[in-house]
Amino acid sequence: MPQMSSVPIAWRLQQPRYRLIGTICTKCNTSYFPPRSLCQTCRDKGKIEKHKFPGTGKILTYTVIRIAPEGFAEFAPYAIAIIELEPGVTVAGQVVGDPEQVKTGRKVKTTFRRMYTDGKDGLLQYGMKWELLDQ
Amino acid sequence: MRRVAIVGAGYTKFGECWDKSLRRLAQEAGMRALADAQVEGKDIEALFVGNMTAGRFIGQEHLSALAADRMGLTPIPSTRIEAACASGALAFRKALMAIQSGQHDIVVAGGVEKMTDVGGDSAVASLMGAADQEWESQIGLTFTGLYALITRAHMQQYGTTSEQLALVSVNNHKNGVHNPNAQYPFEITVEQVLKSPLIADPLRLLDCSPITDGAATVVLASEEAAKRFENPIWVIGSGQASDTIALHDRKSFTELQATIVSSRVAYKQAGIRPEQVDLVEVHDCFSINEIIAIEDLGFCKKGEGGKFVEAGKIARDGERPINTMGGLKSIGHPVGATGIRQLADLVTQLRGKAGKLQVNDAKIGLALNIGGSGATGVTHILANQNAL
Ligand SMILES: [Zn+2]
Repeated sequence: MPQMSSVPIAWRLQQPRYRLIGTICTKCNTSYFPPRSLCQTCRDKGKIEKHKFPGTGKILTYTVIRIAPEGFAEFAPYAIAIIELEPGVTVAGQVVGDPEQVKTGRKVKTTFRRMYTDGKDGLLQYGMKWELLDQ
Repeated sequence: MRRVAIVGAGYTKFGECWDKSLRRLAQEAGMRALADAQVEGKDIEALFVGNMTAGRFIGQEHLSALAADRMGLTPIPSTRIEAACASGALAFRKALMAIQSGQHDIVVAGGVEKMTDVGGDSAVASLMGAADQEWESQIGLTFTGLYALITRAHMQQYGTTSEQLALVSVNNHKNGVHNPNAQYPFEITVEQVLKSPLIADPLRLLDCSPITDGAATVVLASEEAAKRFENPIWVIGSGQASDTIALHDRKSFTELQATIVSSRVAYKQAGIRPEQVDLVEVHDCFSINEIIAIEDLGFCKKGEGGKFVEAGKIARDGERPINTMGGLKSIGHPVGATGIRQLADLVTQLRGKAGKLQVNDAKIGLALNIGGSGATGVTHILANQNAL
């Protein structure tokens, strides 16, 4: 990422990013990914706990990035999809492999990959991407 | 609440203005609006400036004081407002409220962005500041990518086609030809749009608004103060709404709640229905956003925006003329300035001064300015004397 060091950000986001750990409000049973530490319904009356999501999901919509931003050029063209982890819980993610195979409705699972090269420090940042499951 | 009118408006030539600095652009637009209103600097009581990210584009912050300084308006209070691409309309809304509250009588609202001093890559990265840094930027998304996700969802759900998207750009360019301040004042064809390179499937280069330098300014006055101005254009409705910063956190990817909510607030305040709007300025940062706006503003049923465009209803002589002066696509999109530019164009139309672009018998106009992928929506409704 340009113009900033992403080391502290990457460190803070390690759990959700490496292991798909989000949160759940045990009071209203709403789960959140990316994690929220304030329940959107119960607010400060809610009870937020860590919640591990299963590492699979379904593609709801997708695009193929042809012109990549700084730090991502080596991956282009690459697919990005919005993935449903469970009903009502969705997250955007990069889908690895041939972007032409990416289609709405296809099932995906998480895979641990290099995300980008930090522009300023030249550091490699790792995290979660998605790969297509066999149809 | 006190009634408020726009009594002056103006904007610079939009484009890649290498010969003009941000301060020069802001000053130029400001002086145009003041000259248009025929007000003196001493009449101005406060200033609001919309700007997204001059700090990243040119390393300059503190635009509030800078704008007051360059327009020769010190020591009046000046405030900078940021809401990504909706910064302009939001600065206007704050100026409006400053008069409604009784605090001031004559206020200036401006917007400015200087985007071409940095390279294209860097501009794209800076714009992503309007999205979710942690969960969108860091996975390699771009703004075109975000709107491409919306486009695909709309196509899947409603059968919207690439041709319908192309017709949005074609319409806006057709109008922009006659706008002397437009960055790209030439016509384009559907075929050209469909043959332009894919940026983020299914969006192509000619579905996207450009990177632009420019500034726009309007002068607002209380009803009392507006009496001495010729042809005031009344602000009859104003609404603003917020949504999740990340697209993936929304329940629907085919509508913008910030548009729906902000426009319903504005319609209610104005006491009008969508059918009464004579012309519309929407935020066509990407062609899909015009189609979604047509639906969310209530001009047709949800999902029928593509067909609405295809039927020619957005043309200058159509059922609901949209982006009659060229829109973001042809005029350009200096992000902080766009919201004010939209209002300035409505003022020109409602005064009957749009020349070749004039919409017949235009009485009520609506402007919708969107920030990010829809996390901020600001709607304003303007009317001339004939509407009241
Ligand atoms: Zn809860």
